[in-house]
Amino acid sequence: MALLQIAEPGQSTAPHEHKLAVGIDLGTTNSLVATVQSGEAKTLTDEQGNAMLPSVVRYLEQDHVVGQEAAAHAADDPHNTLISVKRFLGKTQAEIEASYGQLPYEFSEDNGSLHIRTRQGDISPVQASGDILNALRERAEQSFGGDTITGAVITVPAYFDDAQRHSTKDAAQLAGIKVLRLLNEPTAAAVAYGLDSGQEGVIAVYDLGGGTFDISILRLNKGVFEVLATGGDSALGGDDFDALLVEYFKQQTGTHSLSANTLRLFINKAKACKEALTNYAKVNVGLEFDGQTHMVEVTRELFAELAMPLVKKTLRSCRRALKDAGINTDEVLEVVMVGGSTRMPIVREQVGEFFAKEPLTSIDPDRVVAIGAAIQADILVGNKPEADMLLLDVLPLSLGLETMGGLVEKIIPRNTTIPVARAQEFTTFKDGQTAMALHVLQGERELVDDCRSLAKFSLKGIPPMAAGAAHIRVTFNVDADGLLSVTAMEKSTGVQAEIQVKPSFGLSDDQVAEMLKSSMSNAKEDMQARMLKEQQVEALRVHEALEASLATDSHLLDEQELATLRDAMAQMQAMSASATDPQKIKDAIEKVDAASSEFAARRMDASIKKALTGQSVDEV
Amino acid sequence: MRYFELFSIPVNYDVDLQEIGVRYLELQRAAHPDRHSGGSEREKLLAVQKTAEINDALQTLKHPLKRAEYMLAELGVEIRGEQQTLQDPMFLMQQMELREELEDIRACGSASGDVDSAIARFERHIKELDGEYSNELQGLLASSDENDWQKAADNVRKLKFVYKLKDELERIEDELFDE
Repeated sequence: MALLQIAEPGQSTAPHEHKLAVGIDLGTTNSLVATVQSGEAKTLTDEQGNAMLPSVVRYLEQDHVVGQEAAAHAADDPHNTLISVKRFLGKTQAEIEASYGQLPYEFSEDNGSLHIRTRQGDISPVQASGDILNALRERAEQSFGGDTITGAVITVPAYFDDAQRHSTKDAAQLAGIKVLRLLNEPTAAAVAYGLDSGQEGVIAVYDLGGGTFDISILRLNKGVFEVLATGGDSALGGDDFDALLVEYFKQQTGTHSLSANTLRLFINKAKACKEALTNYAKVNVGLEFDGQTHMVEVTRELFAELAMPLVKKTLRSCRRALKDAGINTDEVLEVVMVGGSTRMPIVREQVGEFFAKEPLTSIDPDRVVAIGAAIQADILVGNKPEADMLLLDVLPLSLGLETMGGLVEKIIPRNTTIPVARAQEFTTFKDGQTAMALHVLQGERELVDDCRSLAKFSLKGIPPMAAGAAHIRVTFNVDADGLLSVTAMEKSTGVQAEIQVKPSFGLSDDQVAEMLKSSMSNAKEDMQARMLKEQQVEALRVHEALEASLATDSHLLDEQELATLRDAMAQMQAMSASATDPQKIKDAIEKVDAASSEFAARRMDASIKKALTGQSVDEV
Repeated sequence: MRYFELFSIPVNYDVDLQEIGVRYLELQRAAHPDRHSGGSEREKLLAVQKTAEINDALQTLKHPLKRAEYMLAELGVEIRGEQQTLQDPMFLMQQMELREELEDIRACGSASGDVDSAIARFERHIKELDGEYSNELQGLLASSDENDWQKAADNVRKLKFVYKLKDELERIEDELFDE
């Protein structure tokens, strides 16, 4: 609790305006939203007091419903009730069919982007995820008395690849949420756990959710959460354990092909059976379909036997992550269990055996991720300027380019700390070659066909030269969200090509804008007005940020420079107040940005110098 | 040399890894994008670039081979990405023998009980070679004689072979244990 507002000399004495920021755990099975209020992070509930929102969207003729209300119709309206769509994000139809077998949905692919047929038309997994995020945003804004949220930290499985991360960000954009950061789920859990326990040293976060599995090895040290290595499987979770039981039910009842309704019934029964086996040694499952009732008995031992191969698979990821981190199991102080699927006794037992220590199960595995995300969101919007927490995360899967013979040349290896920029030089292999195709891939395998294709683009206009004479420098940039952009340049001529890597089967920026527009017109909101508002807010944010910087560091600029910057700021403010065209404000913001670039660079250098001379606050 | 300056440590092949670790966190605290989330777009972009540079410097300084290559490059001896072949028949012969040994480990696979001891033997061998070529680097790189730099470059080329074997062994281990 803040007792007294103390201001450092030169700093603004105005009390900090508390900004509304949330952390969102967009889960396969359930989603949550949390926020920090009066210094305490807590999950926000619906009117019935539920924190968990089932990640289910049911599409009606015109409208849609999200959550429990939708989940209730999973068995009687299976085609229109979309469950576990997170598993489909950034995936192709072929991949989904290969990974998940029979599903009660009709998939289609249009221009490479995946859709599910519903009575309301074709719905993409991004749209369905956006609808879930929107429901959470509304819940948060209601609990803030109708105020809009400044931004959100949205969690993703650490093992999500670039395509899946992009899809998540697109979904947030559709829901009108400003993404402050995409945060890896195990890192979020580590933040919540670490701050709560005050523990320092190496911890392992074992996160088995509804559809994804992550293992992260982190070092906690004086507020720094440093991810040493991460591993996992973005297509392994509680749903796959349910599928094992569904197979068993089919076998025991002598049924082969199931209707969509019966399949959903089996899946629901399997899930309930799995959950019951956490507390009971034996469960009798009644399956009513085609006018008959079948009873199937499942013991904990039988389920353990079925589940063992999946659990072993997670342990292999654990072993690899430890190896990548250069950590022995006996150096791991604590194993933090996250995700609802870690309630399964077989999982707890095997993980305990692997790490040779009792895993920590006292924290709420469902809520810890959203709590961690809320804590980071609170810091990122500037509500806690004195916080010295720092999260250093890594790239989960190697990034590379296709080379001759269908092989992948790695440019950035997995478990490299992000943000990261790496460049590599390539050359032409034919005389007079004027273009070069670049194929960006993600994964650990050597062959192109075994890796995830992220994007293909080409560098054109290379002047004809002898083979091997051109020097093409390809630069990979991965930002703090783990998102990749690639640039290619021929060095002698400066011919350049650049792409923000968007998965070939994902949504283009135009598509997102188009979808946003159509959803707006449905909601009878004015797109123009909203964009104007967004730019005004941004202009204000930029102005405040610069005022704060100038208050402490204006001495880094000479009079002339200061005047130029002040002038651009004043113009931006004037434009923000008067313009009706959002583009005009945007242009003015960009001008301020350009005018402040030297100032920003000097401030950065000064802060680095200060950091290295050890002038930390607690020593002064 | 920029990376050493960035971390405020003396330009020396032998580095204090612990000191580098401490400096790294200090630098990250100052430059990381999360520390500049309220700043202008320019400032945020700068933070990403600076952090990427700090991360790259860390990777370079921390890794014995990358550190040596970097120092050589700064001295004007660029051997990164070169295609030049080594003119040392003895060394190359030894490399071929080691490669065969690796193939044997891969072939005998997890079915054989003594794969662990074969791996351990191989690891020992690699470690010896690593020591042999690394130990001279500190002296050679501190020298102001260009011939010493060339000699260092040759050692680094050999070390590259050794590290490749190391990587290969790791890949084989992954394959063996992931079955």
